[in-house]
Amino acid sequence: MAKVSMTVNGKAASGEAEGRTLLSSFLREELGLTGTHVGCDTSQCGACVVHVDGKAVKACTMLAMEADGAEVSTIEGQANADGSLNVIQQAFQDHHGLQCGFCTPGMVMSAAALLKDNPKPSEAEIRHYLEGNLCRCTGYHNIVKAIMAASGQDVSSIAAE
Amino acid sequence: MYEFEFEKPSTVAEAVAALADEEAQALGGGQTLIPTLKQRLAMPSKLVSLTGIAGMSGVSGGDGVVSIGGATTHAEVAAAAAGAYPALAALAGQIGDPAVRNRGTIGGSLANNDPAACYPAAALGSGATIMTSTREITADDFFQGLFETALEEGEIITAVRFPVPQKASYQKFLQPASRFALVGVFAAKFTAGVRVAVTGASEEGVFRWNEAEAALDANFAPEALDGLSLDAGGMIADLHGSKEYRAHLVGVMAKRAVAAAG
Repeated sequence: MAKVSMTVNGKAASGEAEGRTLLSSFLREELGLTGTHVGCDTSQCGACVVHVDGKAVKACTMLAMEADGAEVSTIEGQANADGSLNVIQQAFQDHHGLQCGFCTPGMVMSAAALLKDNPKPSEAEIRHYLEGNLCRCTGYHNIVKAIMAASGQDVSSIAAE
Repeated sequence: MYEFEFEKPSTVAEAVAALADEEAQALGGGQTLIPTLKQRLAMPSKLVSLTGIAGMSGVSGGDGVVSIGGATTHAEVAAAAAGAYPALAALAGQIGDPAVRNRGTIGGSLANNDPAACYPAAALGSGATIMTSTREITADDFFQGLFETALEEGEIITAVRFPVPQKASYQKFLQPASRFALVGVFAAKFTAGVRVAVTGASEEGVFRWNEAEAALDANFAPEALDGLSLDAGGMIADLHGSKEYRAHLVGVMAKRAVAAAG
């Protein structure tokens, strides 16, 4: 075991990790940040997406020690300072972008990474960007709609298929 | 995963020293290795991360060559090589998904030599040179079969040098679950001749389709490939496609690559 330190959601955080400890396990079990979900644990589903030094990564496919010294953002750090939902989270609620909610932390983190690089993505760009995030409830339409709405775009023309 | 030690050296020399231990294994972005370890298909005593080495990441170019550090992620290549070598950048931008591209590295992909990976097609199709901690290896010598390369134990890919062709394109028939290529063809036209590299098809991994290269040398157009076919013997067969299907698909994707290269 060794000490691993990182900045998580703007605050210094540290804990013990083995070489084989995954970043997802470290966040959940060592830091108690269970908002990062582990769905498939095979890097397919994207429920575990967090940002490491500003880039979306699958926390189940990165070793905690690789994130030593890094800036990590998780779903717990997404809300506004007053605790209200941020614009992406609020859009997911407004547009029914979730049902069971298991994939939602990863979806929100991927959406945040997309909008940082591409503030006004097209519907096709959103769908392409979410290829590594699986949702078994919504059929994706409302997730796409939520992300378009969060980027300030008109979603009235998107079919609610 | 079985237990292992973790080291993150900051120089190539330190990494080589760390890899001298028996059962030590180099770690790139881990997008293949970590899933492999989770399935307990490998049991290294130590992982040596190559992502903390200064100077082993980034894209640089000039004089008709694009040089990419071994620890450069797919996302970085997709962004930084777009001007100098668009076909290569486009290929990098189609690997996996965005989160995978933010971790996976070119050196890791080439060292692994998955028979359906994209980068081996780019390296072989471009006639790239693999720069390692000890030597330079041409792509023609580097790929030696299924998950086999010319790398020696403890040898690290520090950079890959791609000659930039006059025109090129990579066409990938996506296997949508794995996001690997069911079949991918990289076609590149150089003044010295055409190179066509095929991934996803052969049980021996990436290969050059010499017959197509000869036909395209004479006429770099999709119709130059009319009538050419690959022997289905030695092709991969799985639930996604038979040997015959893959052999046929190589021809289709090669034509698309030539058409897209223009």
